[in-house]
Amino acid sequence: MHIDLRTVTIKPLRHTYDHVARRIGGDKPASRYQEGTFDLQATANFHYRPTWDPEHEIFDTGRTAIRMADWYAFKDPRQFYYGAYTLARAKQQDTAEANFEFVESRGLAQALPVELKEAVLRVLVPLRHVAWGSNMNNASICAYGYGTAFTQPCVYQSMDQLGIAQYLTRVGLLLGDPDTLDEGKRAWMEDDAWQGLRRYVEDTFVLKDPFELHVAQNVALDGLLYPLVFETLIDDVLSSRGGTAVAMLTQFMTDWFGETRKWVDATVKTAAAESAGNKALLEQWTRHWRDRAAAALLPVARQVLSDNADSVMSDVVVQFNTRLAKAGVAI
Amino acid sequence: MDMQATKKKLGLKERYQVMTRGLDWTPSYQKMEDIYPYVAYEGIKIHDWDKWEDPFRLTMDAYWKYQAEKERKLYAIIDAYAQNNGHLSVTDARYINTVKLFLTGVSPLEYMAHRGFAHAGRQFPGAGPRVACLMQSLDEIRHAQTQIHALSNYNKHYNGLHEFRHMHDRVWYLSVPKSFFDDAVTAGPFEFMVAIGFSFEYVLTNLLFVPFVSGAAYNGDMSTMTFGFSAQSDEARHMTLGLEVIKFILEQDPANLPIVQRWIDKWTWRGYRVLTLVAMMMDYMLPKRTMSWKEAWEVYFEENGGALFKDLARYGITMPKCAETIALEKDHLSHQAWGTFYNYGAAAAFHTWVPEKDEMDWLAAKYPESFDKYYRPRLEYWREQAAKGNRFYNKTLPMLCQTCQIPMLFTEPGDPTKICYREVDYKDNKYHFCSDHCKEIFEHEPEKYIQSWLPVHQIYQGNCFPEGTDPTGEGFDPLAAVLQYYHLEFGRDNLDFEGSEDQKNFDTWRGMATKNV
Amino acid sequence: MSTVFIALQTNEDTRPIIDAILADNPHARLNEQPAMVKIDAERTLTVRRSSIESLLGRDFDLQELHINLISLSGNIDETDDELTLSWNA
Repeated sequence: MHIDLRTVTIKPLRHTYDHVARRIGGDKPASRYQEGTFDLQATANFHYRPTWDPEHEIFDTGRTAIRMADWYAFKDPRQFYYGAYTLARAKQQDTAEANFEFVESRGLAQALPVELKEAVLRVLVPLRHVAWGSNMNNASICAYGYGTAFTQPCVYQSMDQLGIAQYLTRVGLLLGDPDTLDEGKRAWMEDDAWQGLRRYVEDTFVLKDPFELHVAQNVALDGLLYPLVFETLIDDVLSSRGGTAVAMLTQFMTDWFGETRKWVDATVKTAAAESAGNKALLEQWTRHWRDRAAAALLPVARQVLSDNADSVMSDVVVQFNTRLAKAGVAI
Repeated sequence: MDMQATKKKLGLKERYQVMTRGLDWTPSYQKMEDIYPYVAYEGIKIHDWDKWEDPFRLTMDAYWKYQAEKERKLYAIIDAYAQNNGHLSVTDARYINTVKLFLTGVSPLEYMAHRGFAHAGRQFPGAGPRVACLMQSLDEIRHAQTQIHALSNYNKHYNGLHEFRHMHDRVWYLSVPKSFFDDAVTAGPFEFMVAIGFSFEYVLTNLLFVPFVSGAAYNGDMSTMTFGFSAQSDEARHMTLGLEVIKFILEQDPANLPIVQRWIDKWTWRGYRVLTLVAMMMDYMLPKRTMSWKEAWEVYFEENGGALFKDLARYGITMPKCAETIALEKDHLSHQAWGTFYNYGAAAAFHTWVPEKDEMDWLAAKYPESFDKYYRPRLEYWREQAAKGNRFYNKTLPMLCQTCQIPMLFTEPGDPTKICYREVDYKDNKYHFCSDHCKEIFEHEPEKYIQSWLPVHQIYQGNCFPEGTDPTGEGFDPLAAVLQYYHLEFGRDNLDFEGSEDQKNFDTWRGMATKNV
Repeated sequence: MSTVFIALQTNEDTRPIIDAILADNPHARLNEQPAMVKIDAERTLTVRRSSIESLLGRDFDLQELHINLISLSGNIDETDDELTLSWNA
């Protein structure tokens, strides 16, 4: 006997989980982002204190100085749960793959002027390590932050940055060879131009407050680095010198920053709007880390822009300040 | 100059090497011990992180590509299953209680694994293990979410799932899986990896997923089968990580062996105790059965685990001592657990029942040494009593084991007629245990386990009533107050399957599909 | 003797993979279960890219296995061309 279950019209008992219903103003259909995010993290009745941090519970609002009445006030504007996230990245990696394929198959890398190729490698290859640092820092925010709404995007951010480090590695291998990667690492470890940035990254490794780390990494450093390197140096300056092929290889990073900054802005806006105390703290952190990041990035920019690095950098900072002002943080 | 000709061609291993390990560097502006503060205190000695053998070598672009393909397939099936009222095609409505147990007991652990691996992935100074851990962290949030999404449609039509998150942190039997994972994440990063990466993922996960997932397949639950298999495809990577961790630690220093052996012993036992719920599910809750708990244990632990421990013998690792106790319990575990839940059916967020006659015959065939002798008579007695209107509900609260937090329901190894009790005096208090193994775990770390949030103790201390409850007030009903604290709806989420709303709705809805109304 | 195994979902994608594994490992045993197969083999089992490709008639990346893999046991060695599972003891 064939049973056609589709023809049955059933009135469901409820439309979503109760904890979701409480957050969306009643029992109505909820999105996959909402069901996959709200209250997912345990908040009560932890059994044991971490042996590695006995001052805190496993998840503890006391790890940051930011105070929130409700940590689920944070919303990811992209509404990323794992499925939406991987689908978005798979599409981007398809484009990236096609771009690499295009550059490789047409020999565009070899066709680049030698000087330009060297300039690209000089700037991009050591940035593998910066992306790696962000991978680690976002793992940290994800592990020690509070509430899935805030921590979930950080695991995506962390793995995105690993992906970026790997794309930069591929650029190095395509325009150079494995030795190019070693040379980039040597510069990262030794050359004066990179030491400010390396110090910055290492200093963020020891930050304990997950929200301050978010500001230092995702707000300040990435907020200056991506507009400076990918939007300005690669897409404008080097493209105009015949480096369009390079812009194809870094399209992932440009698109990625355009997308993720919306989430970053939303976190700042929500936390700052919560209280004057949060706002003051965010302003102080942002100012501090912005100034350090700008100072650390300047010698990096000078490697490509011998004459106008200062003015390019200050343009980037002005844009950054405007962006943060819109998110409610005046610096 | 022909660049292509001079370029070195990298194989899979070398390519992966430059894509991960090559990204790391030795810091000089901050000290290693400040960047990785938790890596030394467990006493594990690592001399060379570069000796780490990467398990699977997936770069992020490949990861996104393959995972997106899995997600596309999975959600297409989940959607189709919901649109076609797939829930009505399960064998019978009793089956749905297994997904209730899964969502309330297991899915929150997937989320904990996500956070735990983010922590481990942040803390290891070696690039190889860090990347592997972080990829697992990302997979684990996938598992939590795909389970929540796949089971969302059951929640719309059946009881017991609506407050899974709230219940996980509060309900008495859910403190068993919760305390298991809390225990692992509060341990140091190496112990966490042995606990979850090795003991759970490698040694025990097949016992959770394969029976659960093929159980779903047998019982017509396409949705659960699909998320289960889809999650398992990630587990294969996780298992490989778990095995690599053990080998790596053991190869680094001979002094690591006794520490690791103790962790393997502890976590095999801790994990096994959690699997009590799976044993009961396999033998009692699946209307159409796949294999018995005992058979699953023999295939996946004794046979496959046996091969694993034989392989690890070259490092000096031996089969966990508890395997002997487990072998003695395998004829009894599921029966004793189901009997307990049948007793406490008023305080559980799923339904219980006495198995049908043909189901008892199946149990007798699978458990010739124990079922007819010890467990059938009790079940038949309960059935008779229920038929007379005396469905038995135990109204008292059970004593819990301080370590695994399961009620003291297990019997003495080798004597199924005598409950096993162990106790320890520690700092003017008496602590109780279900077994020698749970007692030993406590004795090794008493300061950790005296912290246990034991649901029964907490109820007696008045910590499990809704805010503002006055336990001294006229007509105070403690059970009702506790169920309110759990957000457990009396008469809908709990009690016997017979007469439940789930049973009635399922019959009505299925009837609508087969009859003209 | 120690047994290694690989378990795969059964569907259109995996049919040629399963066939290739069985052809390359005559000592392996096929164990069919609902919606999945488990291939058991004494001591060692090798999955070969070239064999899968010849059955599939297209390029195959061994990492595509991840999509339909359910479980496995044994130590893993993975190259561009082969995936080997083995026990030493």
